[in-house]
Amino acid sequence: MSNLALIATLLLIMALAYHLGLTRSRAVAAEHDVRMHSRPGYYGALVALWCGLPALTLFLLWSFLAPQLIDMLVTQQLPIDLVAGMSDRELATFLRRVTALANERSVSGGGTPEELAAAAHMARLQTFENLSLVALMAVCAVTGLVFARRNISPQWRARNQVERVITIALAASSAVAIFTTVGIVLSMLGEALKFFSFISPAEFFLGTTWNPRFSTSGTDAQGEFGLLPLLWGTMMVSAIALLIAIPVGLMTAIYMAEYAPSWLRNVAKPIIEILAGIPTIVYGFFALIVIGPFLSSVGDLVGINIRTTSALTAGLVMGIMIIPFVSSLSDDIITQVPKSLRDGALGLGATKSETIRQVVLPAALPGIVGAFLLAASRAIGETMIVVLAAGNNPVLHANPFEAISTITVTIVNQLTGDMDFASPQSLVAFALGLTLFVITLGLNVIALVIVRKYRQQYE
Amino acid sequence: MSITIEQRRQHRLMTIEKSLSTRHRKERRFRRLGLAAVIVGMTLVATLFASILMRGLPAFWQATFYMELYFDPEVIQVEDKPQQASGESQAEFNQRFAAWQTQVGLVNWQSLIDAALQETLDEEIEPRQLRDLRALLSSNERFTLRNKFVEDPSLLGQTIEVKMLASANVDVWIKGNIDRDLADARQQLSAQTRAWADQLYDAGVIRNAFSTSLFLNTDSRSAPASAGLAGAFMGSLFMMVIVIALSVPLGVASAVYLEEFAPKNRLTDIIEININNLAAVPSIVFGLLGASIFIGYLGLPLSAPLVGGLVLTLMTLPTIIIATRASLRSIPPSIRQAALGIGASKVQTVFHHVLPIALPGILTGSILGVAQALGETAPLLLIGMNAFVANVPSTPFEQSAALPVQIYLWQGNELRNFFEARTSAAIIVLLALMLSLNALAIWLRKKFETRW
Repeated sequence: MSNLALIATLLLIMALAYHLGLTRSRAVAAEHDVRMHSRPGYYGALVALWCGLPALTLFLLWSFLAPQLIDMLVTQQLPIDLVAGMSDRELATFLRRVTALANERSVSGGGTPEELAAAAHMARLQTFENLSLVALMAVCAVTGLVFARRNISPQWRARNQVERVITIALAASSAVAIFTTVGIVLSMLGEALKFFSFISPAEFFLGTTWNPRFSTSGTDAQGEFGLLPLLWGTMMVSAIALLIAIPVGLMTAIYMAEYAPSWLRNVAKPIIEILAGIPTIVYGFFALIVIGPFLSSVGDLVGINIRTTSALTAGLVMGIMIIPFVSSLSDDIITQVPKSLRDGALGLGATKSETIRQVVLPAALPGIVGAFLLAASRAIGETMIVVLAAGNNPVLHANPFEAISTITVTIVNQLTGDMDFASPQSLVAFALGLTLFVITLGLNVIALVIVRKYRQQYE
Repeated sequence: MSITIEQRRQHRLMTIEKSLSTRHRKERRFRRLGLAAVIVGMTLVATLFASILMRGLPAFWQATFYMELYFDPEVIQVEDKPQQASGESQAEFNQRFAAWQTQVGLVNWQSLIDAALQETLDEEIEPRQLRDLRALLSSNERFTLRNKFVEDPSLLGQTIEVKMLASANVDVWIKGNIDRDLADARQQLSAQTRAWADQLYDAGVIRNAFSTSLFLNTDSRSAPASAGLAGAFMGSLFMMVIVIALSVPLGVASAVYLEEFAPKNRLTDIIEININNLAAVPSIVFGLLGASIFIGYLGLPLSAPLVGGLVLTLMTLPTIIIATRASLRSIPPSIRQAALGIGASKVQTVFHHVLPIALPGILTGSILGVAQALGETAPLLLIGMNAFVANVPSTPFEQSAALPVQIYLWQGNELRNFFEARTSAAIIVLLALMLSLNALAIWLRKKFETRW
């Protein structure tokens, strides 16, 4: 039985169990002429849970353990001299080929007699394993069902138990977010440590040359992995982006919150929201075909040599991308400043702009700074715009009209194509990713703390 | 004494009077600055949309040949299409059918097209001009012709009007996307081909027809004119299904737990900070997570929508959790108190009363999160979805492209003149999908918005 069919059958049996529990609880109530503790649906649900959960747990454990067990049994069956001659890696390849053969998939080269024999053995084991799984699950489901159904009585607190299961399930789902973070940190740390076994951290963090060369397996040709040119490029592009986005975004937010008539607000706010949803690859393409050539021709007019793909192009377009982000965050924060502050200032005779500049903005400052930090972290982590429009030139220089490279671009360059987790050329992507993660994490945490403090201040 | 006070008062009033005009000027300046910022923002956006629409819309129409084609029995010398005889097993029939198909495949379909073109041009074509002639049509049209015949062998000996895609270079030439005054050496097409293309365009044989290939075909390397989005669309669809099926239930469940059930302690505080922080982690980091854990550790297949869907799920989860929590928080406590007061349990209160009210908000947040995932590119590049895939995936485990990645691949194609428009068209398709999702979300919110 395939796994899908198995689960589907189990679900069907659970539905049946629900029905059995429900009717049984009604029958019990009628028989004893008493009020049950819970409504019939809860008894049904509880019987279904008793029927399904143990079987499901068994299934998960089984599908995790059984393949390993089978691999072990097959390996034991192999001729001794064959196994002795193989390294761990060769054995793993051998087992993978055998598994493919046993599942009637073809392997390159057809398969040697030993492989075919092992595959036949494995296929027998798999049939046995599958049958026993089905049998065990059936036993589990039926036992659970019968047990729970017989337990139904007016005193049985079905609702409380069902609700406890629900609460546990809810709590378990909120753990997924934690696991994601743990997964990010562990995977990056693990691969980055592997990278640092090739290249020392000092060389990586303090190196001023980025020249990874190509990964040539077997040779010791190691390039230079200096982070600084990439970090510098990231900073330069983000700084240009923020120089564009912060004034425009902040002024837009102020205008929207304080001056704009309500019809304009009603039109502009959804537009701004939609803008925030435009994929960054679109902005990147826009940079490449419109902004880049435009800047280049403007440069020709004033006599500066601006490359089509440059830090300026990427920064400018990234700025455009972040404007809606900055403006909607700042807008939220400005509207949170209590009206009494504004009324006080206006009552003293201040003009509206004086009120905004001398009362509202200072009051909103922490929140706005938080918004800027979040915007900065977005700019630093932005990938597609720089991949398309920054020109990929990892050299330390201070000319924004020249091409440049960033951390994110380099991650993409190093990890696309061959996925080989053994060479420093691809492992460096994880070290870069870790750096990126730490930088953005720092910015985010500071920003979130500031914004949170600010919210509490006026709540 | 009283005079000096009066004088001072006068003096102060005067200074205020005098400064008033400056202050009002400043006020107006500030206000204009704000308006200018709004206008700058809107202009930039308008430029973005205008430039992409301008480039992309023409690509929905493509130079197409409408001409008579004779299925010449002298060229197509094949047996009749096999029919399954009674008593013949399926395997035997399949074998016979495959043999027939091979036979059909060996027919020189190109010569039929060549003959049709000669007929249409009404010119005797010398063999050395064949190269120029063949440059007119997309190179895989001979396969389209073959497939047409396989489907309907009765075409043999008939003359029918066929619709065939012009080659990418002819499309560029007809639309004027290349400088027509460039020297011969820098043109993609020979002078003869260009002359023919113009002649046929004037004669109405080449017309700009709606490009169905853009939607029905997959990416193609050998025949760029027929490169389409079908494969990428399916890939994106699979990923969206996975994202919706996983991230919405998980996200809503964890938001409900955190907002309604979790005790307020350090642990939930950490979870909260962690979720807010995850929402701001750069998307490329999720790609690295996918590459290392799903592909490197769990050994899931490269470039599969399954892996893409999982990565995007993890990325979308925080967005959905935050939106759901905001939605739950906006429900007044009186609803919960009322339910609890008449004896509902905590779980009943949440599932029977709070969640239904919060549903529009949850839907809006989820749609926005899914739309964002639809347009995400960077993490997909890291799990190998930038591979060239020439067929439509039928399961989420097969290799596949995705819409945003297809855009990335096309913008890098060397055939710049053609693919710039093609890429813009793909962007228009992607934006149309995303904007309609966004509009749906905003509409839902407007429709069901409750102010307490």
